Amino acid sequence: MTAAMVLDVGLALLVVAVAVWIVAAGSAFAAVVGFVSFGLLLALAWARLAAVDVALTEAAIGSGVTGALLMTAASRLRPTESRSAGERPGAFLHVVAAVLAVLVSAGLAALVLIPASPAPSLAPAAAVHLPELDVLNPVTAVLMAYRAVDTLLEKIVLLLALIGVWSLAPDRFWGGAPGLWPRSRPDGELTLLARLLPPIGIVVGIYILWVGAIAPGGAFQGGAILAAMWLLIMIAGLRPVPEIHRQWLRLVLVVGPAVFLTVGFAGFFLPNGFLSYPAQFTKPLIIVIEVVLTLSIAAILGLLVAGPPERERQR
Amino acid sequence: MAEFLIAAAGFVLAMVALGLARILRGPGDADRMMAAQLLGTGGIAALLLLAAGTDVPAAVDAALTLALLAAFVAVAFVNNAPRTDAAERRATDG
Amino acid sequence: MRVLFDSFTVLAVSAGAVFFLAGTVGLLRFPDSLSRLHALTKADNLGLGLVVLGLLPQATGPLVALKLITVWLLAQLAGAIVTQLVARAVRRENQEA
Repeated sequence: MTAAMVLDVGLALLVVAVAVWIVAAGSAFAAVVGFVSFGLLLALAWARLAAVDVALTEAAIGSGVTGALLMTAASRLRPTESRSAGERPGAFLHVVAAVLAVLVSAGLAALVLIPASPAPSLAPAAAVHLPELDVLNPVTAVLMAYRAVDTLLEKIVLLLALIGVWSLAPDRFWGGAPGLWPRSRPDGELTLLARLLPPIGIVVGIYILWVGAIAPGGAFQGGAILAAMWLLIMIAGLRPVPEIHRQWLRLVLVVGPAVFLTVGFAGFFLPNGFLSYPAQFTKPLIIVIEVVLTLSIAAILGLLVAGPPERERQR
Repeated sequence: MAEFLIAAAGFVLAMVALGLARILRGPGDADRMMAAQLLGTGGIAALLLLAAGTDVPAAVDAALTLALLAAFVAVAFVNNAPRTDAAERRATDG
Repeated sequence: MRVLFDSFTVLAVSAGAVFFLAGTVGLLRFPDSLSRLHALTKADNLGLGLVVLGLLPQATGPLVALKLITVWLLAQLAGAIVTQLVARAVRRENQEA
């Protein structure tokens, strides 16, 4: 029994234990804190599985945007929490949930216990074309070239989610600024953090985006880091939350998906189909798309956490 | 060397995981935040140790991301706390 | 030289691990929130600091070493700020109770 095996088994048990505890947690706040810890353990587990791309995403999203989003939700639900805690789901719901859980577990157990041999894998096929793309990180190649359409749709879903959040605003606040009321004193420690951290964070975010071509990293992880830095500045009150009717804001939100779509349609006329890149421009095109996507992802994630408009539009 | 680094990562992780009992027991939300914070630091240490011990250099980037965002959830916690207190007071008064 | 570097790593990382042990024991055993906060900072500052120090001789290049030090500095900054913020929250919880 090696140290690595002990670590892996312990990590797996810990992940399951924390998951069970989150479900059973008494208050929403405790569950959210548990969930943030759960994300960190998952990042470790992905790193152990040599899926560092996923570990990086989990670290950037879980300890940044999702943590803040859930924390805000738990705080807002607190006044009504004791009321909803008394409501128990009926017997029928219990049975359906149990049956589904057993089915999923059985399916997973079957996959693990009776593996197909040789295991089906597209990895060799993906690796063989990497030199043509001039992208050495296979995950980036899959996201930006082989399955670019999935990535494109993902970003459009993010935009739709933001529109969904905005649509929760009452009519009189439409076009105004999201909530996220800054609560810090101008000479407080939060202001210090918001002044010191973003310059470093922006460098790290751009580094993570850039290194995505050869090593784990990319637009989503970089964008998530930039979003967290922007939120920090807004929470500390150093810069105001932008009003959602602003032209520049809307432009930043759509520029990523729009450029991606434009390149996609250009593929019909230049090479041979939707989202196929001309051979000699593959690398520059992927870089351009990734850079604008990072901008849009950062803006969308930041505004998703900021929530629906809660202030009247300034005239 | 690799074996020692992996064992150290396991030890640090086991230690901070024990601290998770604080999330369970509380009693206050601040105590829960502390346990999450300790797990965060321990997770960063474990990732760095694993990056060196198992030769996964990119894990250092994941640790860098975690360290960069280490204060972020606590900031969200503090930023939300006063607002709910006011809301609760309104709810009990009204 | 290699042996010297490796034994330095073993020493520093082990010392760091001890501080993580101390931080956890403090977090679990200390009677009130502010004392527990004090225990937490030991793991943040010294635990991670010693682990980073121990890993420096194992770094494969200057960029990796720079990243290791950056991780520690960032954790220092985050630890200092979070301790202040949480301490304020503890005081508020105590005032309400």
